[in-house]
Amino acid sequence: MIKGYQRMKDRKDLPILRVENLSVAYATRKGEVPAVRDVSFEVRRGETFGMVGESGCGKSTVAFSIVNFLGPNGRIKAGRIFFQGQDLVGRSERELRHLRGNRIAMVYQDPMQALNPSLRIGEQMAEVLIVHQGLKRAEAEERCIQMLERVYMPDPANVMRRYPHQLSGGQQQRVVIAMALLNDPALLIMDEPTTALDVTVEAAVLDLIAGLQEDFDTAILYISHNLGVIARVSDQVGVMYAGQLVERAPVTDLFLKPLHPYTQGLLRCVPRLGQDKLSSYLLPIRGQVPSPAALPSGCIFEPRCDFARPECRHGMPEYRQVADGHWVRCYFAEEVAGAGYQPPKELVAEMLATARKEREPVLRIERLKTYYEAPSPKLFDRRKRYVRAVDDVSLEAYKGLTLGIVGESGCGKSTLARTIIGLERPTDGKLEFMGFDIRKPVSKRDLEIIKNMQMVFQNPDSTLNPAFSVGRQIARPLELFKVVPKDQIRGEVIRLLELMKLGPNYYDRLPRQLSGGEKQRVGIARALAGRPELVLCDEPVSALDVSVQAAVLNLLLEIQHKLGTTLIFIAHDLSVVRFLSDYIAVMYLGKVMEFGTAEQIYAPPYHPYTEALLSAVPIPDPRAEQKHVRLEGTVPSALNPPAGCRFHTRCPRKLGPICEQEEPPWQDAGNGHRIYCHIPLEELRKVEPVITLHTDNAIKVR
Amino acid sequence: MTVREEAFPSAKPSFLERLRDSLLILWGSKTAMVGLTMVMFWIVVALLAPWVTKYSPTEQDWQAQNQGPSAQHWLGTDDAGRDIWSRLVYGARVILIQTPVTDKFSLPIGVAVWGVLLGLVVGSTLGLVGGYLGGWIDEIIMRLLDAMMAFPVILLYMIIIAAVGPSAINVVLAIAIVGTPGIARLVRSLTLDIRTREYIRAAEVRGEKLWYILFVEILPNASGPILIDAMLRLGYAIFAMGTLGFLGLGLPPPSPDWGSMVAKGRRFILAGSPWAALWPAVAIASLVVGLNLLADGLREETQRYR
Repeated sequence: MIKGYQRMKDRKDLPILRVENLSVAYATRKGEVPAVRDVSFEVRRGETFGMVGESGCGKSTVAFSIVNFLGPNGRIKAGRIFFQGQDLVGRSERELRHLRGNRIAMVYQDPMQALNPSLRIGEQMAEVLIVHQGLKRAEAEERCIQMLERVYMPDPANVMRRYPHQLSGGQQQRVVIAMALLNDPALLIMDEPTTALDVTVEAAVLDLIAGLQEDFDTAILYISHNLGVIARVSDQVGVMYAGQLVERAPVTDLFLKPLHPYTQGLLRCVPRLGQDKLSSYLLPIRGQVPSPAALPSGCIFEPRCDFARPECRHGMPEYRQVADGHWVRCYFAEEVAGAGYQPPKELVAEMLATARKEREPVLRIERLKTYYEAPSPKLFDRRKRYVRAVDDVSLEAYKGLTLGIVGESGCGKSTLARTIIGLERPTDGKLEFMGFDIRKPVSKRDLEIIKNMQMVFQNPDSTLNPAFSVGRQIARPLELFKVVPKDQIRGEVIRLLELMKLGPNYYDRLPRQLSGGEKQRVGIARALAGRPELVLCDEPVSALDVSVQAAVLNLLLEIQHKLGTTLIFIAHDLSVVRFLSDYIAVMYLGKVMEFGTAEQIYAPPYHPYTEALLSAVPIPDPRAEQKHVRLEGTVPSALNPPAGCRFHTRCPRKLGPICEQEEPPWQDAGNGHRIYCHIPLEELRKVEPVITLHTDNAIKVR
Repeated sequence: MTVREEAFPSAKPSFLERLRDSLLILWGSKTAMVGLTMVMFWIVVALLAPWVTKYSPTEQDWQAQNQGPSAQHWLGTDDAGRDIWSRLVYGARVILIQTPVTDKFSLPIGVAVWGVLLGLVVGSTLGLVGGYLGGWIDEIIMRLLDAMMAFPVILLYMIIIAAVGPSAINVVLAIAIVGTPGIARLVRSLTLDIRTREYIRAAEVRGEKLWYILFVEILPNASGPILIDAMLRLGYAIFAMGTLGFLGLGLPPPSPDWGSMVAKGRRFILAGSPWAALWPAVAIASLVVGLNLLADGLREETQRYR
């Protein structure tokens, strides 16, 4: 008996996957570029190994080298990959198939790429079992339904008959995960499986993944750029930077006692919920990730490290075990751990500068509606149908302050921005900017209004015209709005570049020579060139890495303090919005659900939707206590929104028929805090706060 | 935040560096290099026409009709005793280097090139306008161009030349008109993609005029595929010139025209002197194939490391 138990325990300790000194390189036109260098880690049975790092750090390359999907120009230069004790490197495709069998499964970011759009879910799932395990169809389908039940898919028998496009993104990802689990894999590799999903959906999928290793006893390699997600799902965490694993530790140690300067820096970059705007510093890591073609000769983090000493430039530090199970690649890890971090003085001053409190409306939106005409599904039906993207929204933006607009995809926040800026024509309602009516498209607006309202865009790769130099793109609005005389344009561009913390040597660069964060800063400089009163920011940091995101957010804050610009900040990330905004509007399906100051939104009374959103946000602190509120079902179509309260189909606090029949009233919770809900305020006030942070020995800024 | 200077070498690439980069791309592709060599051969020869041959293309030598290649006449002579090499070289000049307008006056750049350029200007404008504005304007433009594309190409050439008469300028017009719908379609599809980019939104939000958005914001970003397409089109245009010449609708005689040389020479193939028809046919083929190889090689090479 005891012997058997011992054997089981041994088996549990045997790593399913052991990667030793792995190095991978890609061939390019300019020669071979190292993508991964000397990476070692192991994943045990029933354990989730979270691998976190910024884009381009090589985390996906590690995953691809395990399954031998490196593509024609990638190859493993050195190192070994043991899967269940067998080395996978250097074997032929056939041997690999034999060794791996179907014991390694992979889940990717985009579920639509893993599912065949022309086959029903049932057919593609059953096929896995029929091909790999030789089951009969009926038996295979039975097993598939069981598996869908185990990933908490509602109504699995019905889902089996559907096509992938008939499922929502979260459901698709569940199907992919269920499919991956069908063969009972020993190792499940998940590469950013929730990155494309909305927060509330993401939360549900993360719950599922966290439950997987208990139910299935699988080893999971979980790859993500999001520290909050990693904190929620992982047992062990590895931090990758520029192709190397710089730190590896159990999850609580990593988040509470990070030893590598990079890990510490990363954690300081993330906005945390539950802290107020003025005390939640974001401290960006200076500089940028070195290009893989020009890596520093010593420690790869040395050029950006605050603790760097001359020794760091000579030779790469050893990857060594500092405490039990805590590995780090730094010469001075022990000292770094103890040293408190002192943020630069001017940064602190910038943060503490008090925001203006008087409320002078710059933009007034009243009962605004923007409908799109939708094609009729019937050939001979002449009745027009409308997508109600923005439906009866009333908001105000105050001078020098930030209005944050949050909501999941499809809630109409981007349409609202496009309507304000004049790219979309409002169907009904009032729209006033600096006292002028602006219900006309941008081409018909006065130059003065155009000049005073500019926009920052989401995607750093398409925000700049690739054909022109940075200087020219910033100079164009200066020229158009005649901000400065012609001969001073160059000087003004350089002044703007310096305001964005970019040197004058950026003037002649082309967009492709810039990193994502730099492109975004140039985009901000371009928007600010005309010295606008109001700048609309549509998800300006959602495509950026955390360290870069922090720098851009700080920059926006700094600029607002310096120039007194009014900002409208649109985002899906509640922690980012919290950090930047004075006022926040929460949108759902074209309507504003709650409006108030940032403090009011993040504390009770909550609108039930706000409550669900807050409880879904992944927090990069394994000890944070968060209420567990999960939304059922999917967002209804804006073509035919539910009657009464739009949120009633998914609301966990639904009262009854009144929510389905009557539009809720705007309840005033005091000081301009408005909640669009039937539930009496007294009741909403009784709700406990969603997030409780224990901040005793977390990294603090002194 | 301190910027480490040494991490950023001089930003603006000089002309030489850019030339080197483009040559590097060309050098990477065998196909493109072979194509470039063939095309450059004809360009150089046409440019240096007076120096690479001692004969005039119209000089007749009744002592030496329908001769094969020899030391005097490298490629032989035709039925009027004219030097075939000389006629080929001056024929290439008309295609690539200069367009004769009247006897005394001629424009720089050849007939085929002018035809493609004119087609590019008209086609790109239509494609940009249709693709960016969309709606009924796009619908009208595209349906009209569809109607033009419904005609077989050769028929369209013949109709146009028959209507306006054979001359260098009219051949230019014919090439431009026939090329326009294809170019417009290509540019429209590129525009449909580019107009969704955020930098176009930024331009709109800035209140830019329509022409600025079309020609300054969109066009430069579509230039790569347009350039490659233009090379292929130049090949088709040369082929079309050959066809028109063969049918007697090309440049009026006695100007050297590859197509009409083939037409004239083919009567003597069975009589034992195939040279007068063979050489111009080889010339057309080499130039067209060269352009095609160049375009294909460039396309492959630019897409390889995406």
